[in-house]
Amino acid sequence: MQLTLFAKQRGSPSDSEGGVSKIARRQVINKTNMTSRDRILADVRRNQPPLVAAPDITAWENKAHSAEVLLQTFATVAGNVGGKVVLVDNVDDIKSHLNIPEGGRVLTTLPELLDVADDAALFAGNAPHDLANVDLAILRAEFGVAENSALWLTEKLMGTRVLPFICQHLAFVVNAKDIVPDMHAAYVRTAGTDHGFAAFIAGPSKTADIEQSLVLGAHGPRSLVIFVVLG
Amino acid sequence: MKNHAELSETFNKDEQRVNWHDETLWWVRQKRDKASHLIPDWELLRETASQIKHNVLSNLGNYLEQFEQNAIKNGITVHWAADAKEHNEIVHGLLKKHGITQMVKSKSMLTEECHLNHYLEEQGINVVDSDLGELIVQLAKEPPSHIVLPCIHKKKEEIGDIFHEHLGSAKGEANPQILTETARIHLRNTFLSRRAALTGVNFAVAETGEFVVCTNEGNADMGAHLSDIHIASMGIEKLIPQRKHLSVFLRLLTRSATGQPITTYSSHFKKPRPGQEMHIVLVDNGRSVQLGREDFRNSLKCIRCGACMNTCPVYRRSGGHSYHTAVAGPIGSILAPNLDMKQYSDLPFASTLCGSCSNVCPVKIDIHTQLYKWRQVIVKAGYSDKKKTLAMHGMAKTLASPTAYRLAGKAGRWVIKHTPFAVSNPLNPWYKQREMPEAPKESFGEWYKKNRG
Repeated sequence: MQLTLFAKQRGSPSDSEGGVSKIARRQVINKTNMTSRDRILADVRRNQPPLVAAPDITAWENKAHSAEVLLQTFATVAGNVGGKVVLVDNVDDIKSHLNIPEGGRVLTTLPELLDVADDAALFAGNAPHDLANVDLAILRAEFGVAENSALWLTEKLMGTRVLPFICQHLAFVVNAKDIVPDMHAAYVRTAGTDHGFAAFIAGPSKTADIEQSLVLGAHGPRSLVIFVVLG
Repeated sequence: MKNHAELSETFNKDEQRVNWHDETLWWVRQKRDKASHLIPDWELLRETASQIKHNVLSNLGNYLEQFEQNAIKNGITVHWAADAKEHNEIVHGLLKKHGITQMVKSKSMLTEECHLNHYLEEQGINVVDSDLGELIVQLAKEPPSHIVLPCIHKKKEEIGDIFHEHLGSAKGEANPQILTETARIHLRNTFLSRRAALTGVNFAVAETGEFVVCTNEGNADMGAHLSDIHIASMGIEKLIPQRKHLSVFLRLLTRSATGQPITTYSSHFKKPRPGQEMHIVLVDNGRSVQLGREDFRNSLKCIRCGACMNTCPVYRRSGGHSYHTAVAGPIGSILAPNLDMKQYSDLPFASTLCGSCSNVCPVKIDIHTQLYKWRQVIVKAGYSDKKKTLAMHGMAKTLASPTAYRLAGKAGRWVIKHTPFAVSNPLNPWYKQREMPEAPKESFGEWYKKNRG
C-alpha cells in the first residue's frame, strides 16, 4: 500500500505537501521485503508526533454525589431509554412482579428465583443456539450507572454470553447501593477485574433507522425491567 | 466520475426530500445539544478526549505493540493489513480455511472503506449486513449515506418496497414497527445459521488487549456470540491507552451521535468463548501516512459519531452519497484526500467553512481548518477545478485594482438591471435554487461621493 500511495503522490509538484517529506517516502520504498506488521509499525513510528502525555483524569473520578439523587437519576434515565425500574425490598419480592405466560421459557442466574425459572448455568456448556427460544432472562447485574442507566454484567453473570441479547424480554436485578454516578466511577469500580466478555446494557434493544422512528426490539430484548433491591 | 456538486444536483431534484433530510438531521443535532448540556463539564470532557487521542497518536507504535501482546495473551489472533486489499484477503483467507461461504456482519465503516462486501461476493461468499439501516442499503444495492444513520436518505415507503421485494413484507407496508419486526425475524434466522461474524471496533484498549463494540440493536453481539469465528476489523487509530479512558469516550460518543446517554450495548470483547476463534485485523490503509501529515493528523482522532455531518449545512442539503466516499460529510472530506488526492479533490470544497463541525466534534478535531488547508494543498498539486481557479485569479486581479473593481461593479449592476436573463439563466450556477438580487442604483462609493463627498 505504501508503494501505491507513493506512486499516486509522485505526480504532485510539492515535495513536502501535507508534511510527508521526500526522504520519508524514499524510506518507504526500501522496505518491500518487510512484513506488513513491521512496515506499519515502522511507518507509524516515523510519522508519529513527539510524545505528549495523556491527561490526568482522576479529577473526573473523584466527584461527590448523594445516593438518593443517584437512584432517582438512574430511574428517570432508564425510563427515557425505554426501560422500567421497579423498586423491591428483597429478591424474593421480584416474583410478585413477574408475569410469565404459560409454557414460557425463563432462565435466571439468581439462586433465589430457581422456583420460578430454570438455572441458566445448566446451559452454559451447550451451543448458544439452544437459547434462541428463551422468553425471559432474569440476571443479576454487578452495578448500575446513574447518568445513563447502563448495567455492568461480566459473562459470569450472564450464564451464557448470548443470553442477555437473544432473549425476548430481559430483567436485571441490582442493589440500590450498587448504583454509581457516572462512567468514570464505573471504570474505577471495574479496575483490576478480569473477564472474557462483559457489557454495559442500557434499555431494550432498539433502532431508529427507518425515518428516525424509534422501535424497541430490534434484534435483542423487546423490553427491559430493572429490579432495584433497596436496603 | 461525477463530483460533489454534480452528485448534489441529483439529490436536490426532490426539494421536499431535501427539506426532510435537512430538518431530520438538524433534529438529531438538537438532541445532541440537549444531551451535551446535561453534562456540566462537557467542554472539559471534549478537551480531555482530544488530549487522550493526542497521546495515542504520539505513542501509537508502542500502543499497537502493547495491544497486540495483550490480545495474544487473551487468546485472540492478531493480523496486520497494510491496505484494503490485504485486509480483504485476510478475512477471505480465514473464511476459506474454515470452509465458510456465508458471513453475518455488523456495522463497520472500515469494511465499507475497504469494499469488503464486494470483494467477498466476487470470491463466492455471501455477506449479510445485520444493522437495520445497513441491511436496507445493502438490499437497495447502495452504500450507506451516513456513518451512524446509514439509510437516512430513504423514506419509509421506499424501505417498504425493498422489504416487500426481498423479505416478503406486505405490499405497501410502510409502518416502521412492522418493517423492523420483518427484519428482526429475517435476521434472527441469519444469526442462528452463520458460523462466521464480522464486527467493527469502536475502541481497543492497549492496556488490556480488549476491544469495545457499541450498538443499539444488539446485532454485533447476536452475530459474535453465535459464531464459531468472530473477526473484528479495526483501523490502527482506534486504540486508547487504558481501560479507564473508555469512560471519557463512552460518555461522549452517543451523546454526540444521537443524543442518547449511551448506546444500548457497549460490549467488551476480551477473550474468545471456549471453542470459538477470535481474530482482530489491524488496518493501516493510509492512516500512517495521514499521521505524518502534520496539518491533517488530528483527523485520526475521529471516533465516528457523525455529529459533524448532522450539523453541516452542506451535508444536510446534499446527502451522503454526494461525497462518493465511505465516510461522508466534513470528516470524510478531510480523510478521503489522504487516500487519493485527485479522486477526492472536490470534497474539501464542499463546505462553507462555517466551523460548525469543529464546534460539535467530541474530540475537538479542527475540521474546518483542515478543509481550508486541504484546499491549498489541492490547488498547489494542480487538482482543483480549473474554471474555479481561473475565476479566483480574475477576482483577485479585480479586487487588487480600484479602477477594475469600480468598473466591474458598474457593469454588474447594469447587467442585472437591463439584461437580467444574462445572469438569471441555468448556465449561471449561482442562479440554481436562488433568486438573483435586485441591483442597487449605485454603489456605496458613488452614494458617498454624491452625498458626503
